[in-house]
Amino acid sequence: MSITATLIGQMITFAILVWFIGKYLWTPMTQMMDDRKKRIADGLAAAERGKHEQELAQHKATQHIKEAKEQAAEILAQAQKRGAEIIEDAKDDAKAEGERLIVAANAEIEQEVHRAKESLRAQVVDITIAAAGKIIKKEIDAKAHGDLLKDVVGQL
Amino acid sequence: MSSSTASEASGPTSVEYIQHHLQNNSIGDGGFWVLNLDTLFYSWLLAGVLMYIAYTMGKKMTADTPSGGQNVLEAIVEFVQQQIRDIFPGSNPLIGPLALTIFMWVFLMNAMDLLPVDLLPQLGQLVGIHYMKVVPTTDLSTTFALALSVFALIIYYNIKIKGPMGYLKMFLFHPFGKYLIPVNIIMTTIEEVAKPISLGLRLFGNMFAGELIFMLIALLGGASLYGLLPQIALGTVWAIFHILVISLQAFIFMLLTIVYLGMAHQEIDEH
Repeated sequence: MSITATLIGQMITFAILVWFIGKYLWTPMTQMMDDRKKRIADGLAAAERGKHEQELAQHKATQHIKEAKEQAAEILAQAQKRGAEIIEDAKDDAKAEGERLIVAANAEIEQEVHRAKESLRAQVVDITIAAAGKIIKKEIDAKAHGDLLKDVVGQL
Repeated sequence: MSSSTASEASGPTSVEYIQHHLQNNSIGDGGFWVLNLDTLFYSWLLAGVLMYIAYTMGKKMTADTPSGGQNVLEAIVEFVQQQIRDIFPGSNPLIGPLALTIFMWVFLMNAMDLLPVDLLPQLGQLVGIHYMKVVPTTDLSTTFALALSVFALIIYYNIKIKGPMGYLKMFLFHPFGKYLIPVNIIMTTIEEVAKPISLGLRLFGNMFAGELIFMLIALLGGASLYGLLPQIALGTVWAIFHILVISLQAFIFMLLTIVYLGMAHQEIDEH
């Protein structure tokens, strides 16, 4: 139970053991743990960043939707306005066309009346001449008295 | 534990039994030049176990899916790292492996104490080995091998960090300033020499006493059949308590190593 040369053997063993454990366990393991720590920190940071970006994107998306809704409402309002305008125009057109048609019809009717009157006048002249001829046979020259008769008929 | 002791009790007396257990299996011509084969065998065996664990774990460890053994080792490594971070100023690539090795190796050597005191020696008897001390840390050679290695590192780093003159100044002007140089030299020398001695003797004393108490408890059952019950009860209690002691001693040795080397790494403060 005293210090012996075993001491030297143990010191050498100790030195080798320290070297071995340093090389094969401590260095790789602390390295790995540091790497892992860094990776976890990076991952958490990335997750945080992703969350932030997602929030931003969501915000943007809501804004887009809001804008789109506003635009749609605007377009709808415009379309309604335009539709009302078109209907209004069509109504005006129809009214104008109707009036035009009425005017044209009236004109035609007047023309027809006029034409009927003319033909009646002509026929009356003819009939009158014929009747007068029959009445004053031979005494009246159709040519000589034609103008006179026409004048009479004109006064009808 | 009990049966082996009982069979032996008829032979040697209690004193002989204990003396027999305290005898190293050694070769050499006495004095310093003696090799304690049992101490060397068990410490090398445990060093081999540590190397095997370190090598296989170092090869197959993964960062993503750590499993059983790797978790345990990571916990130990992280624990040692934390101690170093708390105590050690600056950084030194040697201090980590050194502290880890001391902690694990001393723990394993101490843990041999938990095996029944007669188990391995009795097995040795069967193959013709008559003396065997199983716990390497109950051998002063082992504890002082560690303590002196640490001491050598303390001196080396003192000189490296403070410079030869700085180290000399520490002896001359510490702790009482320049007017008490002779006292300073004595005080600092005692302070420095006390470091390895306290390191080596603390571990040795604790483990030796623990082993001795295990032997005394083992003798209880050997004395008579009535001793069997107290032997089992006391042996259990002491073994459970000893789990604390062996861990604590390994931890203290590691911690003091870090503290002493940390002190060696500090620049000298002028008085």
